[in-house]
Amino acid sequence: MTDFTSPAPAPDPGPLPGDLPAPAEGERGRSLFRLALRRLVRNRAAMAGLFVLLLVTLFSFAGPHLVGHRYDQIFTSYVAVPPSLEPRPSDEHLQDVIETAARRGRVTVGDFTVSGGSFTATLNSEKTIDPRATRYIDRTDEFEGTTVTATEEDGRRLRIAGTVAREYFPFGTDSSGRDLLVRVMIGGQISLLVGVLASLVSLVIGVTYGAISGYLGGRVDDVMMRFVEILYSLPFVFMVIMLVVFFGRSFVLIFLVIGATEWLDMARIVRGQTLSLKRREFVEAAVAMGLSDWQIIRRHIIPNTIGPVVVFVTIVVPKVMLLESFLSFLGLGVQAPLTSWGALISDGTTTMQAAPWMLIFPSLFFVATLFSLNFLGDGLRDALDPRDR
Amino acid sequence: MPTLFAVVTISFFLIRFAPGGPFSLERPLPPQIMENMIRAYRLDLPLWRQYLDYLWNVAHGDFGPSYIYRDFSVGQLMMQSLPYSLQLGTYALILAVLGGVAAGVVAALRQNGIVDYLVMSVATVGVTVPNFVVGPVLSLVFAVLLSWLPAGGWGDGSARFLLLPTIALALPQLAVFARLTRGSMIEALRADHIRTARAYGLSRRAVVVTHAMRGALLPIVSYLAPCAAALLTGSVVIEEIFGIPGVGRYFVQGALNRDYTLVMGTVVLIAVFIVVLNLVVDILYAQLDPRIRHD
Repeated sequence: MTDFTSPAPAPDPGPLPGDLPAPAEGERGRSLFRLALRRLVRNRAAMAGLFVLLLVTLFSFAGPHLVGHRYDQIFTSYVAVPPSLEPRPSDEHLQDVIETAARRGRVTVGDFTVSGGSFTATLNSEKTIDPRATRYIDRTDEFEGTTVTATEEDGRRLRIAGTVAREYFPFGTDSSGRDLLVRVMIGGQISLLVGVLASLVSLVIGVTYGAISGYLGGRVDDVMMRFVEILYSLPFVFMVIMLVVFFGRSFVLIFLVIGATEWLDMARIVRGQTLSLKRREFVEAAVAMGLSDWQIIRRHIIPNTIGPVVVFVTIVVPKVMLLESFLSFLGLGVQAPLTSWGALISDGTTTMQAAPWMLIFPSLFFVATLFSLNFLGDGLRDALDPRDR
Repeated sequence: MPTLFAVVTISFFLIRFAPGGPFSLERPLPPQIMENMIRAYRLDLPLWRQYLDYLWNVAHGDFGPSYIYRDFSVGQLMMQSLPYSLQLGTYALILAVLGGVAAGVVAALRQNGIVDYLVMSVATVGVTVPNFVVGPVLSLVFAVLLSWLPAGGWGDGSARFLLLPTIALALPQLAVFARLTRGSMIEALRADHIRTARAYGLSRRAVVVTHAMRGALLPIVSYLAPCAAALLTGSVVIEEIFGIPGVGRYFVQGALNRDYTLVMGTVVLIAVFIVVLNLVVDILYAQLDPRIRHD
């Protein structure tokens, strides 16, 4: 989070291939990369961050397939139920329901047991029971497929069995009766996707812009960097909000807009790198071989800026996720029934008095993700540029 | 100035190229009224003419009428709401600077001690956790569970009402200040002139306060402008959470209601603030650091 002190053109990170031929270039790069990787693996906080991040990703993307509820599926009988590991409805509730149903059928319930998704019960009456009495039980939301398994005492006692519709809501449900677990998962998908895609957009714009500006230099550089300076002093968050308001709220627009606003630092960093790179012998050699400017930028400049760029991406991703959730929090992000962590937190704040779990769960996941990204970013920075702090 | 110009220009043309207009309501207006409305708001003039008009008006402090809050001009709405935001922002800025610098100095003096780790872990939390999580959580704990403080609203503007929003708004910036101060203090304490001051036998207090802090506070001054901008952004959320009738709230309401002139007016106002703040900080910085004065 020290991006406000956007670094002056960082000095060249270690020995880079100068006069070596191309294949050796890759060789040397890989060993640098291996060194960095080893440093990263040794950093416990960074590895913990990576682990949590992987877990959250797995949770968000694989989770919805395992739970079996859809994110927009509404359970009208379970609106804003608190989180619980017990299945719903509870056993006592089922007992009540079956007794009420039995009373309608003018029978009484003997022993009633529920195990897993099915139940067995006995029905008693003074007179012979019409087997059609089970229909009263089927008519409830909670029971279905009731059949008579045995008839005893000349039909005055029926043994019945059937299935119970039971749902698990470990995170509770929201105020529309949707499963919060699945919504947190889907929200995670959106937040992570926006984070990654918007960072990619900013990466592409920033790297291209910075490399072109730095490589061409001179008046072009002056103009391009002056433009960046002007953009720097714009109140960007407000511009983003304005864009979203005026052009409607679509998923694609959101990450495009966020990406288009976060490329400025990237452009500066890449420009600084490019300025020092373009004076090196291998660029001179490329010029001597008659490569065009664009070919040199693409093949020789950009690949060599990768280190600081990777570090910077890990700073951009949490920033972008914050911005997205900020927009969603204000109701300007993705639209219901689709959701993101920001939107869920926003919903949670309105109901926190009555249903604090709707605030707690999305916040927990969001904060954990941001933390992990921060630790991973710090670790990457230490690994790729050990001299910096 | 070029920034302000850019803000006005970009926002103006964004509106014009955006689909839908201020009068495209759910129930379309009769064509005659529509025509009159368009003429009344001078939307029938060529685009360049409208643009010049708007520039002229804004330069004279006229942001035009609000489309949603009928009978109010955008200027009036802002004059109404600005004092709330300014007050809240000032308190938060003071809290962030004082708290952050104090925490940072203490952490630097006890580098790698328990206090240092404590301050730095709290600072990491402050930087990482967005204020739209901090705000509701504070309100949940202190207003709902403990019911020590009101959950929202401006009330009579007393400390009881302002405490939670100020903390929620200041916390992320406080954390940044703490980190910054710690870093530059540690560096400053290692400098030669500090060793000399110690060798002279000055008290620890004199060394820290008059000699080390003076140099260490420079990066903090330069962060004031971005911090103020961040506070402005943050106040949009905080005002929404705590129901404070400030500029940020009007901005959000305007955005949701598609009240174009109101949104634009707010953006321009905030841009003015940021530009002025940048200027003030630049001047302040030149005063504090003679080295850059003749640059």
